Amino acid sequence: MNTQKPRQASENGSDGFNASRRDFLKLSSAVAAASITPSVVTKAADKKVDERIADYFEKMTLNIEVNGTAQQLQVEPRVTLLDLLREQLHLTGTKKGCDHGQCGACTVHADGKRINSCLSLAIMNEGKKITTIEGLAKGEELHPVQQAFIKHDGFQCGYCTPGQIMSAVSCIREGHANSAGEIREFMSGNICRCGAYPNIVDAIMDVKKGGQDV
Amino acid sequence: MGNHFFDKATMPAGQDRVDGRAKVTGTARFAAEHPVPELTYGVLVCSTITKGHIKSLDTKAAEKAAGVLAVLSHLNSPKVPGFDPPKPANKDEKPRAWDGLKVFYSDKIYFNGQPIAVVVADTYERALYAATLVKAEYIKEPHQTDFNANIKQAASPKGGGDDYTRGEANAWKKAPVTLEAEYIVPFEVHNPMELHAIIAVWEAEDKITVYDKTQGPKDTQQSIMQAFNLPEKNVQVVTEYVGGAFGSALRTWPHEIAAMLAAKKVNKPVKLVLGRDNMFTLVGYRPYTIQKIGLGATEDGKLTGITHTAISQTSSYEEFTEGAVGVSKFLYACPNVNTSYKLIPLDIGTPTWMRGPGEATGCFALESALDELSYKLNIDPVELRLRNYAETDPQRNLPWSSKYLKECYQMGAEKIGWFQRNRNPRSMQEDGMLVGYGMSTGVFGAFRWNATAKGIFHADGTLTVQSAVSDMGPGTSTSMVNIASEAFGLPHDKIKFELGSSSLPPGPTQGGSGTTSTLGSAVHEVCVELTNQLKQLALSAGNSPFKNAKPEGLAVENGNVLLVADRNIKMSYVDILKQHNKPELEFMKESNAGEEQKKYSMYSYSVHFTKLHVHPSTGVITIKKVVTAGDAGKIVSEKTARSQMIGGVTGGIGMALTEEGIIDHRYGRYVNNNLADYHVPVNADVPEIEALFVNRPDPYLNPMGAKGMGEIALIGYAASVANAVYHATGKRIRDLPITLDKIIS
Ligand code: FES
Ligand code: FES
Repeated sequence: MNTQKPRQASENGSDGFNASRRDFLKLSSAVAAASITPSVVTKAADKKVDERIADYFEKMTLNIEVNGTAQQLQVEPRVTLLDLLREQLHLTGTKKGCDHGQCGACTVHADGKRINSCLSLAIMNEGKKITTIEGLAKGEELHPVQQAFIKHDGFQCGYCTPGQIMSAVSCIREGHANSAGEIREFMSGNICRCGAYPNIVDAIMDVKKGGQDV
Repeated sequence: MGNHFFDKATMPAGQDRVDGRAKVTGTARFAAEHPVPELTYGVLVCSTITKGHIKSLDTKAAEKAAGVLAVLSHLNSPKVPGFDPPKPANKDEKPRAWDGLKVFYSDKIYFNGQPIAVVVADTYERALYAATLVKAEYIKEPHQTDFNANIKQAASPKGGGDDYTRGEANAWKKAPVTLEAEYIVPFEVHNPMELHAIIAVWEAEDKITVYDKTQGPKDTQQSIMQAFNLPEKNVQVVTEYVGGAFGSALRTWPHEIAAMLAAKKVNKPVKLVLGRDNMFTLVGYRPYTIQKIGLGATEDGKLTGITHTAISQTSSYEEFTEGAVGVSKFLYACPNVNTSYKLIPLDIGTPTWMRGPGEATGCFALESALDELSYKLNIDPVELRLRNYAETDPQRNLPWSSKYLKECYQMGAEKIGWFQRNRNPRSMQEDGMLVGYGMSTGVFGAFRWNATAKGIFHADGTLTVQSAVSDMGPGTSTSMVNIASEAFGLPHDKIKFELGSSSLPPGPTQGGSGTTSTLGSAVHEVCVELTNQLKQLALSAGNSPFKNAKPEGLAVENGNVLLVADRNIKMSYVDILKQHNKPELEFMKESNAGEEQKKYSMYSYSVHFTKLHVHPSTGVITIKKVVTAGDAGKIVSEKTARSQMIGGVTGGIGMALTEEGIIDHRYGRYVNNNLADYHVPVNADVPEIEALFVNRPDPYLNPMGAKGMGEIALIGYAASVANAVYHATGKRIRDLPITLDKIIS
């Protein structure tokens, strides 16, 4: 349970640690960086040079495979996997519904397992293979679960849908799609406010019965 | 599961959603997802007090933080001309006042969670962090958020209460059989899955494009024009996909103006996405409402008097009203009816329409009360409703345009096995559980407003239809393609419906279950006119096969004009264009409702049946089966219509069993402002739901015969659960949600 309230102005709050840490980093990194990247540092006219250096040191290298493409990225440790996908990699198929692990809209597969990408810092996924909704179809050919969602109208607005589909694929792979009741339980981490649940259950049953490879 | 499940699983009826592929592949673009160069991020800072003033605002640390471009507040915000409209030259004209909260306008705090600043930075994380560095000091004033503690403040709305009397007021008291009861609907929050979001892009000093979550691109465009005093051509609103809204995106909210101000200040595009906590405070909610119902009836169950009063709430700075008591005026034939509606202003943001606005609240009370009365009379609840069936509108003394409510009762009752149940409370058991059956009625006006659509038939044989509407999920695009396909005589896959931009011909706001009726009419009329033009062109073509034929002798089918007398004689639309050397054929039309709405009363109806289990010692409720039958006129899109009914019932399950926004009145603050504590139904809460339709056209409302169904899907549903809980347990719960503590207490 996240009890932090980052968007509320506190009446007597303190920014304390983080700000001073950054100031320290700016100072010390300027010195350290001088030996590594003199050309960056010596652009004296650039007022924001200490910012850039701090920037450099605040980011970490992340090796990650997203939808079959290996990438080496520089990311701040506080960036969630969800925000990395949506804001930096422009893979906006993965949705943000709560940012607190409460809705399932951000479900992706990490090394084949479904996770809430809002609860995972990007850098925790070092070396992992991430699959998002954009990586599910084989080119033009839809994944059987995608097809079944269209056929059974397993959505209305479509906002929860990528998360539902990623979860549904896992639900079947995990062996939790043996009855409507079991599907309901194992799909209850994905909220659909439009209320497409019965159709989602029908879609998953259909794929399961069809015995296709998911 | 019975066989039915498998039949449905393999053979769902109706056309697939036209935007289905975009939605299942993640390519459908919602407001926050448009790629915009040089994008920056805005994060709101919100008040932590509920009423008072901002004494000081320290933004220095935030401004110094990495990547921060600006911190905007009432101290330095650019002016919003629409907040202080100049006096019109003509003295009789009133200046157009700004509706709602004026963001960053003054130091005044009206509710907890009110935006007091927005921090803009080059990345989302930097803006989010810097927002924590803004420090506010306040001068607090005592606040009022507790509805019950302020009930004495209730007064008629300035805009007029719903005070109404037909026959004699309070006549119910004199009846041989009477019932009086009080019902509570708590704060409920729309909570669409997509967080409200906007990307604001100033293309020039006086020209803006916004990618915004809205149910009405044209309405939002008008608000922005009003706010920033801009001409229509300089404001563009794009809303390609809307991730649910249920009423929360029917108006322009403070965060939208805040993003536009921020973008102006930093001179760069700003993206602002609300947090889930903001969704409780900044984009409306269903207001807390207490209702009293008095019913009087003869021994044989004829209603002789209905009194329905409601006290609801609004904000301290704006009046919001809805028609909670309206349903009692016309749903049943009753000679004596009186209603009243009062409001309490509280220090909370302004409520707004939430799916089934007003009527959902009203029907919970009225339909629970009818059920209570049925037990007093010892008459079956369905039978009681039939004995008071209104054959004409008792409120307006007009015939109905169409009313197939009886058919709904019959279809639903049969499907759920209503008459096979044991009617006595706490009489049925199954697998160690108490079994309850309950039913209720829902009703909502069937509307038609003005809309413009454009149709363009292209030389490649495809048709494009356009209108500035948005589709928050009901399947407007799919319905419009179906309507166009039928009227224009072209297969679905050759038709494209374009929506989601204010630059398109003006369409209606998606709300009040009126989109299909309103826009469908325009689409239908445009398509019919295009076929008329094609017929004329076919007759005058050089190689016309219709020598000496009249336009009346021609028909259209599958992309061809053909001779009615001999359907083998035909000419394809593509050929017609080619013969006339036309690259395309275009027609645009505004469609308006006629006089019909004055001559007939027009409503959609629903009847909900619920079967549920109650655990005899823990009070846990499990809904086992729902059958919902709708009279929504002719169904233009079978598959999406069924989904809409199922979705409405699902919302109704939340309303009945779990949903309640809880405020800690010591602080005036929501304590359950997230999806873990505010419970919307999840998959395991929702059983098989059967949606049935009478599917008979309304002859007067519009050319398709379609009435609306978005609201009736939910309206009344909560009462069917309350009534089923009573049947199962003998316990009547009159305040929603029906949580297990109320059952075992
Ligand atoms: S956004 Fe991750 S669970 Fe809701
Ligand atoms: S389809 Fe809208 S939230 Fe699931």
